[in-house]
Amino acid sequence: MRALVYLLTFASVIGLGFWAYTENYATQQALKDVARLNAEIADLRDALSIQRAEWAYLNRPDRLRELSTINFDRLGLLPLEPEQFGQSSQIAYPMPDLPLPDINAPVDVSGELPAGEEQVP
Amino acid sequence: MTARTPLRPLARILSARAAGENPDHIERENLRARHEAIREKTRHRAELRLLFLGLAFFVSFTVIGARMGLLAASEPMEPRSAAPGAQILAQRADITDRNGRVLATNLMTHALYAQPRDMVDPRKVARELVAIFPDLKEEELYRRFTDGRSFLWIKKKLSPEQMQKVHEIGDPGLLFGPREMRLYPNGRLAAHILGGSSFGAEGVHSAEVIGTAGLEKFLDARLRDPAQAGEPLALSIDLTVQAAVTEVLDTGMKMMNAKGAAAIMMDVRTGEIISLVSLPDFDPNDRPNPLVKGDPADSPLFNRAVQGVYELGSTFKIFAVAQALELGLVNPESMVDANAPMVWGKYRIKEFQNKNYGPLLSVSDVIAKSSNVGTAHIALMVGGLRQQAFLKSLGFFEPTPIELVEARSSKPLVPAKWPDIVTITASYGHGISASPMHLATAYATIANGGMAVQPTLLRRSGPPEGTRMLSERVARQSVAMLRGVVEHGTASYAQVPGYAIAGKTGTADKPNRAGGYYKDKVINTFASMFPANDPRYVLIVTLDEPVDTSSTEPRRTAGYTAVPVAAEVVRRTAPLLGLRPEIELPAVDGVTAVSQNQ
Repeated sequence: MRALVYLLTFASVIGLGFWAYTENYATQQALKDVARLNAEIADLRDALSIQRAEWAYLNRPDRLRELSTINFDRLGLLPLEPEQFGQSSQIAYPMPDLPLPDINAPVDVSGELPAGEEQVP
Repeated sequence: MTARTPLRPLARILSARAAGENPDHIERENLRARHEAIREKTRHRAELRLLFLGLAFFVSFTVIGARMGLLAASEPMEPRSAAPGAQILAQRADITDRNGRVLATNLMTHALYAQPRDMVDPRKVARELVAIFPDLKEEELYRRFTDGRSFLWIKKKLSPEQMQKVHEIGDPGLLFGPREMRLYPNGRLAAHILGGSSFGAEGVHSAEVIGTAGLEKFLDARLRDPAQAGEPLALSIDLTVQAAVTEVLDTGMKMMNAKGAAAIMMDVRTGEIISLVSLPDFDPNDRPNPLVKGDPADSPLFNRAVQGVYELGSTFKIFAVAQALELGLVNPESMVDANAPMVWGKYRIKEFQNKNYGPLLSVSDVIAKSSNVGTAHIALMVGGLRQQAFLKSLGFFEPTPIELVEARSSKPLVPAKWPDIVTITASYGHGISASPMHLATAYATIANGGMAVQPTLLRRSGPPEGTRMLSERVARQSVAMLRGVVEHGTASYAQVPGYAIAGKTGTADKPNRAGGYYKDKVINTFASMFPANDPRYVLIVTLDEPVDTSSTEPRRTAGYTAVPVAAEVVRRTAPLLGLRPEIELPAVDGVTAVSQNQ
């Protein structure tokens, strides 16, 4: 009986040791993954800030003005002028192309309540 | 266990009995030997246990001690399992305009340094570096490589192409350190607002970026605050408007042959500066060095809008008139004495080109025609003390609170004493000097219905609390008078179709070094607000030494120089600001809408 207890204890020690060993390596691997991901995020952020700076640089008003001048033939872009403001009444809204209802048919203007329903004033 | 020896071995007992000895002796003897053996064994076991225990204690104390020593000696470190969130790399916050367009950001680049001890061939390195960077001197570089120092900086910022070329030299003594560089992607645009930056304390692995001028220096602490590094600083500037104003002002400056120009556009309700331009400007990415001799105002670094303290001339007239209205001394239709020239002691107050608008002129026309004499009489009615107090409350005695370091050092020039002659000259803007920013703030007070506003370069969420300087009625009357200046006064070129501008021209002679005034050098200012029926924006345009040469004789008054430029600025920017022009509707023919579904 006692030998069995010893055996079981010994086996559990071995088992726990093995478990701790694997857990340790799994943790280390997870930490490595986190570190790698953090580095990747940092790289991506870095790239993002460069792209943002480049976007701002390429969209600087001087350059856009030059480009719109160069491509005037195709785009015809002009600075915003006061004359370009309009009123909503100046917009020619096309009539909606709806089928007109049959205006000759009679229309019921009174009805009956369904059975069992009380009239509520 | 060995076989136990019996206590009374039969053989010995029998022989002892035969010899007549007491056999008990044998038994005692054997018992003693046995006890001794047992004791010996126990002692041995106890010793072993002690040894084991000692060993265990020794090992555990060694382990604990070593661990403690290790912990004490090593750098403290965050536990790694608490994985740190993605760190923000930027050490200096971005600056954006009011719509989030980037005005200043950071870029990773590299600095080049050398460790001459590791250098294989200093002569070759010096030669090849000069081939990449023509501004370096080969002999100088070689001398510094070989004079025994162990470390030297070669270049603070490298482009990727330059870095690749330096790599290709392939000398182990040339090393790169990462650098975060400040980048102003819009170049010259808003240069005077942003100022510039440079490196502070430098290490191999990083360097501090510090602001050297403008907003970058004024808000250095905020921009470097690690807690707010990820949060861009939003300015009140509108990049599109700023670009349009810069373009128009630059063209206007060249057409009017001016040597400098400045423009400020300000939201009168919040005090936000929508646009601030000073020309000539510079590239903050490559900030020029300040002038070591001559007039600092000739340097492109000089911010005319904030640092330029000028006599702003007739633009001041509205303050005297507004105060007189506020005090109930006059109303817009009152007639005042405008008989020129006016003699006060030994001084003669004259009108422009020695005209005479007198003998009597209505207060509205004093502003519209810009009568010095009329304003002088109104100012004398107000009195020097009250005038001084009013100008002080409008901020003309202190530097503006704008977020630029340059503003702090540009205190307006006000006379120390305030005799009546100062009251007279100050009423039409002579003898008192202020920056265009001061003027913009004071005009914003009138445009904002008499409520004072604080100018700011930072985006505000709503109108701030202001103190009332003028009653709403007086503010409205003042704006109407300024509208009169455009409709039938000195600023008739400010008639922009669709946008009603109200404003006042100002022409001031430039003071020379000798204490007098130049004959043909003037500063022209047009202080305006639009739209006149409900002012939203104040626009100040200042031209330095302009001259309009489009007619037969050169014209130097603001009405011919600053006003057309300001009008064009309004025409270009008002649509960008989302202001609808007031369109004169075509005649309605026949049908009238009586209701609208809106």
